[in-house]
Amino acid sequence: MISGETLHRQTLAELAQGLAAGEFTSRELTEILLRRIESHQESYNAFITITAEIALQQADKADKARANGDGGYLNGLPIAHKDLFCTKRVLTTCGSRMLQNFVSPYDATVVEKMALAGAVMLGKTNMDEFAMGSSNETSHFGPVMNPWNTKLSPGGSSGGSAAAVAGRLVPVATGTDTGGSIRQPAAMTGTTGIKPTYGRVSRFGMVAFASSLDQGGVIARSAEDAAMVLEVISGHDHRDSTSINHPVPRYVDGLSRGIKGLKVGIVRQHFDEGLDESCAEAINLALNTLSESGAKIVEVDLPHIDLSVPAYYVVAPAECSSNLSRFDGVRFGHRAEKPQDLHDLYCRTRGEAFGAEVKRRIMTGTYVLSAGYYDAYYLKAQKVRKLISQDFVNAFCEVDLIAGPTTPTTAFALGEKTDDPITMYLNDIYTIGANLSGLPGISIPCGLVGGLPVGLQLVGPHFEEERILACAHQYQQLTDWHRLEPGATI
Amino acid sequence: MSLTKKQVRQIATLARLQLEEDELHDVVDKLSKIVGFVDQLQTASTDDVSPMAHPLHMSQTLRSDEVTESNERDLIQENAPSVQDGYYVVPKVIE
Repeated sequence: MISGETLHRQTLAELAQGLAAGEFTSRELTEILLRRIESHQESYNAFITITAEIALQQADKADKARANGDGGYLNGLPIAHKDLFCTKRVLTTCGSRMLQNFVSPYDATVVEKMALAGAVMLGKTNMDEFAMGSSNETSHFGPVMNPWNTKLSPGGSSGGSAAAVAGRLVPVATGTDTGGSIRQPAAMTGTTGIKPTYGRVSRFGMVAFASSLDQGGVIARSAEDAAMVLEVISGHDHRDSTSINHPVPRYVDGLSRGIKGLKVGIVRQHFDEGLDESCAEAINLALNTLSESGAKIVEVDLPHIDLSVPAYYVVAPAECSSNLSRFDGVRFGHRAEKPQDLHDLYCRTRGEAFGAEVKRRIMTGTYVLSAGYYDAYYLKAQKVRKLISQDFVNAFCEVDLIAGPTTPTTAFALGEKTDDPITMYLNDIYTIGANLSGLPGISIPCGLVGGLPVGLQLVGPHFEEERILACAHQYQQLTDWHRLEPGATI
Repeated sequence: MSLTKKQVRQIATLARLQLEEDELHDVVDKLSKIVGFVDQLQTASTDDVSPMAHPLHMSQTLRSDEVTESNERDLIQENAPSVQDGYYVVPKVIE
């Protein structure tokens, strides 16, 4: 018998068991979650598009497949996609006025793989415009509210996905992470968010922001659920020339690898004065838990890590200014009315349809790439990127993983950091290093401070998603932080 | 580091972004802050460091030169603001 009142609380793994055991159908589950999404849309604004019709069709198809003894790995399981993944015949806005009417003619590889595995798409989640933001406030469709307290930001840019998972509207959702956009919102909403190694998940059909940094991933309620989805969306794709041809392990099978004997590095700079004291306590308690389970905690040095945010804010805007030049008002997207000439068409189209943060990043990128400044900024940043990356390579000669805080504080108030871009950028101080170096990272809940979740970040060497998922899973076997729902107290 | 209004107007022109006069003050202020912030990079010693353009050591993959796409012009142009006979329409470029 289905327990409609509690089904939304179950993890993806639990739902998969329930479906397999015939306790409920995918259609019943889908209808319950669609009702929840509708009823929470005003309070969270987590979705840009709700795809109820597609969801019910996919659910019926999954139920039929199951009845015939068929169906993929995620058969009948509900998911949502960040509105940056192209979805055929469904709006893909990227949170921008520029693409508010854009209906993609094709599916992103991630979308295609999830659909082939039998997943049921409930909708497209809200996000910072073109994934540029750390609070979900730059979305053309309005900010997302944090389910833990609707006056607070859920983080960004995958804030809609994080809020939808935290608010129990959907068990898992895809996200993308260019400087922390999966891990930071996961930390701020008490969810589990993984950014895999650069090139692990195809970028085909992901609207590009900074192509040498962008990577798709998953926001879920447990490491186990994240492993299930990552297994499906990872792998080589000939349509993405930066996709890596490297075998994809069965991540779920690797979860039982223990923590015992694992060498976990901590970075001194991650515990400097920028980190909130209560958050530091929560992180230290989490490190104790790992240590008591047999992990060895040692200090590692990343001498250039303090320069990661400045290096990022040259490299990422430079790539963004180049990528976003495609929005010209000619082939797709917004177009200004009554242009006088081609130059006027370009300038007004872009001036009207990009928000303030996107314009700032395009202009920063244009500046650092312009004649006379290229060497001083862009080339310099690429060299610093090399130094930062080399620091990680050296550190991983000593340790298996690096652990520390995901963010300097718990969730901040909507409107609190919008006046000063630098304050907003510094939110990603602990996450950006992994993007610059192409490393996999995960954020998992490890405590509450003032009733709000704190995130523990684990970063591993290239292609060691299995190791960080296993460590996260073992931690989640020892603790219940990931099970806490918004409103929980301790 | 402080940018001037003139510099910001020039950057906006290069980026093909129309800025309204009332936006300009805020853009000058915030871009100056950002450029000042990234100036920290100058403190790093990077002699003999090769620039890094890609996070993994990769070479460009090649594929055989075969037609793999079908012509989906009509589907693709459904998103175009203005088309005529399969062509994109733009303001007159050549007088």
